[in-house]
Amino acid sequence: MYVAVKGGEKAIENAHAWLAELRRGDPALAELGVEQIVQQLRLAVDRVMTEGSLYDPELAALAIKQARGDLIEAIFLLRAYRTTLPRFAAACPLDTARMALKRRVSATFKDLPGGQVLGPTFDYTHRLLDFALAAEGAAPEPAPEAEPDVAGTLPRVTDLLAGEDLIETAQSAEDEERHVADITRESLSLPAGRDLRLQMLARGDEGFLLALAYSTQRGFGNSHPFAAEIRGGQVDVSLVPEELGFEIEIGEIEVTECQMVNQFLGGEETPPQFTRGYGLAFGQSERKAMAMALVDRALRAAELGEESDAPANDAEFVLYHCDNVQATGFTEHLKLPHYVDFQSELSMLRRLRAEFLAREDSGEGDDQEAAE
Amino acid sequence: MSVAERTGPQPLLRVRGMSKRYGRRIGCADVDFDLYPGEVIGVVGESGSGKTTLLNCLSAQLEPSAGSLVYDTRERGPVAVFDLSEAERRRLLRTDWGLVRQNPREGLRMSVSAGANVGERLMAVGARNYGQIRGTAEHWLAQLEIAADRIDDRPGTFSGGMQQRLQIARNLVTRPRLVFMDEPTGGLDVSVQARLLDLLRRLVGDLDLACVLVTHDLGVVRLLAHRLLVMQQGHVVEQGLTDQVLDDPQHPYTQMLVSSILPV
Amino acid sequence: MNTKAAGYNYAYLDEQTKRMIRRAILKAVAIPGYQVPFGSREMPMPYGWGTGGVQVTAALIGPLDVLKVIDQGADDTTNAVSIRKFFAAVAEVATTTATERATIVQTRHRIPETPLREGQILVLQVPIPEPLRWLEPREAETRKMHALEEYGAMHVSLYEDLARHGRIAKTYDYPVLVEGRYLMRPSPIPKFDNPKLDRSPALMLFGAGRERRIYALPPHTRVESLAFEDHPFEVETWEARCRLCGAEDSYLDEVIVDDAGGRMFVCSDTDYCNRRQAAQGKPNPEMLGGKA
Repeated sequence: MYVAVKGGEKAIENAHAWLAELRRGDPALAELGVEQIVQQLRLAVDRVMTEGSLYDPELAALAIKQARGDLIEAIFLLRAYRTTLPRFAAACPLDTARMALKRRVSATFKDLPGGQVLGPTFDYTHRLLDFALAAEGAAPEPAPEAEPDVAGTLPRVTDLLAGEDLIETAQSAEDEERHVADITRESLSLPAGRDLRLQMLARGDEGFLLALAYSTQRGFGNSHPFAAEIRGGQVDVSLVPEELGFEIEIGEIEVTECQMVNQFLGGEETPPQFTRGYGLAFGQSERKAMAMALVDRALRAAELGEESDAPANDAEFVLYHCDNVQATGFTEHLKLPHYVDFQSELSMLRRLRAEFLAREDSGEGDDQEAAE
Repeated sequence: MSVAERTGPQPLLRVRGMSKRYGRRIGCADVDFDLYPGEVIGVVGESGSGKTTLLNCLSAQLEPSAGSLVYDTRERGPVAVFDLSEAERRRLLRTDWGLVRQNPREGLRMSVSAGANVGERLMAVGARNYGQIRGTAEHWLAQLEIAADRIDDRPGTFSGGMQQRLQIARNLVTRPRLVFMDEPTGGLDVSVQARLLDLLRRLVGDLDLACVLVTHDLGVVRLLAHRLLVMQQGHVVEQGLTDQVLDDPQHPYTQMLVSSILPV
Repeated sequence: MNTKAAGYNYAYLDEQTKRMIRRAILKAVAIPGYQVPFGSREMPMPYGWGTGGVQVTAALIGPLDVLKVIDQGADDTTNAVSIRKFFAAVAEVATTTATERATIVQTRHRIPETPLREGQILVLQVPIPEPLRWLEPREAETRKMHALEEYGAMHVSLYEDLARHGRIAKTYDYPVLVEGRYLMRPSPIPKFDNPKLDRSPALMLFGAGRERRIYALPPHTRVESLAFEDHPFEVETWEARCRLCGAEDSYLDEVIVDDAGGRMFVCSDTDYCNRRQAAQGKPNPEMLGGKA
């Protein structure tokens, strides 16, 4: 009888078999291919790569398939796999000014060198369910293509502002020799530098960051952001092998970058200028990049001498709770057995109740009430 | 009334050039004074005059932009408070100093009983005998006129005046020599204020407490303070013996304060 | 994890990661009770399910080790089974349910009844390593409190229990002071197990994966459960004894046997109970087949 309380190996095996069966679904239907997920559920793949912090569309798609579409579970699978990979080197900083652009919009200028590129976006679509998609139809007409941009480098809006000294320069530009922390290899320590914060935010849960970003816009935090630029496209990844001593290109990845600018009225020693919030995500993860940029800026409130008592200003609160792999594990661990501790609580509660009732019976309880 | 002569020449707290700036805005500037053992100094001014900023700097809650703060410790004699390590400063704050906030909820642990609130400082310095801690808590609750049978109640069940008295008991349990008070009677109605003021006056005398008392209420300082600092826009515009300042104010701002408030 | 883990390093983690964890362990051993931050990795099981313990075990384990894994004192609970199978697959290590045969015992929520001996390592899974967490939510502040030995607030909570209930109502994860210096959470073991921490001849390692901390009790470390002079520390006692083996000295689980509120008490430590039953010549359906 009490063995039933303790699950056996058999139960686990059976549960996993059932899971596999449900994952496959009705075998009369065609099985979903990993490549189909890569192609047709690309934004899910992008999110899993970003928060899984591993750029590999096929593995991310596999994780989504294995997780039955549960993206946090997929992120978790990808992270666990990532852990096992050896690290050969660290890439050079991406030069997003040299991005092959798919999309580039600025909310701060009507037009700018290189122009606005709308790209493949949900923006300006009408959110009406398209029942034509439910019927398996023919492939859509190919989209019209512009002449490929040959410019090579398209300056970022923040570079244009920097030309006038209107915006702060980023820290890394001043101090390239500084050790850059690595959140995948080190423990988060507080106060966390911006390198650590940005890394945590890059891996942070999109929904959580979105809610925090939104809260700063609604008055929980004092921010007046402008989307200086959102750009997305392919960018080269290069590294410097120690034995070569010079940079070589090892491939390209798709990223979305968001730079928010916020007004800053200046302090005792700094003149008024714009400050930045920065967001970067793999693939086309625009909501994530924007939310990240807002939260990054919110986390800088204290160092800029601004009011910093909103939830999004609190680095410890934000950084310790933004990782969905950590959060889901701990929240869900409550379903593990806790009966040993519960037993202690049960005994204590019984004893306290017995003592309480004994006091009541002896009339002591009445006196206490009268005294209150 | 000169406490200095009575207790000898060594000040308990020596404040020189105390300034706090927020960017270009001044919190307080160039404040100098000495505080002697057993002496109560009142800091008065309108809201925004810098008196709370000054109190926060004096009680080491806030690092000043400039100035020195020297405290005559029991063990080592005079030391510069901001040169102490954080450990030493925190220890000072919970043993030889007290801090009474205007809002007692900020100075109390609302989730534990009155007894635990009073006992906390004792446990922080190593007391480990439950019976003795409780006995000491009972003593201080009685000193502050809180009924013994309330010892296990949480502060949330207390009236505003009782909460304030509890906060004071919690501070006095380690027998501090210096207590900072920020509008201790603010937010209380008049009859409750009067009772608290009486109690404070008795305790300050009995315990030979030195106090820095910040208030906008000239009635409070008239009753409690030996000396006054009058602050306007971050600066001390007048200081002197309380009766002298209130009865014969020299600075126009003090004159305005006195004329606008005293007739009530 | 029923496939043999081809393509993975021995014991899952790569060697650099293991070295990093070993350095953290060494530091933890050097400063008993101090929480050492470490670069905790994602593991193939979720945070909160023992990733800290698994990483510590993975950093220590070798082919000659004999591993025992328990959860709630039992070898056959699901999470224990899962972790044991994980190491059997990725570290090709012998496993056992017998406490005295194990070189490493990984556990959640219990310390075995069979006294540990010198040379054994007990690895405890820790959900929240910070003993001051419920008194002070901020890590920056709690680290300062440890640095300055500001532990008064912990006693305030014990005082409050006494004032309110007449006794200290904390029953598990009961705070301890290590070598008179660091306040430590023993992980959610029942306070019944706290005395086993004191001067244990075995090395005790505590791993918190999600919170990225490792701490340790080297053998023979003095571990004192907090209390007051006039209200000393006490452990749970039962009026019942184990229905299966008759033990009076072990931690008992309450098992509900019918819908009418009927219940019985049995040892939480299945290995201990099975052994006692075997010694009494009782037939033993609970013993895990094959492994031991």
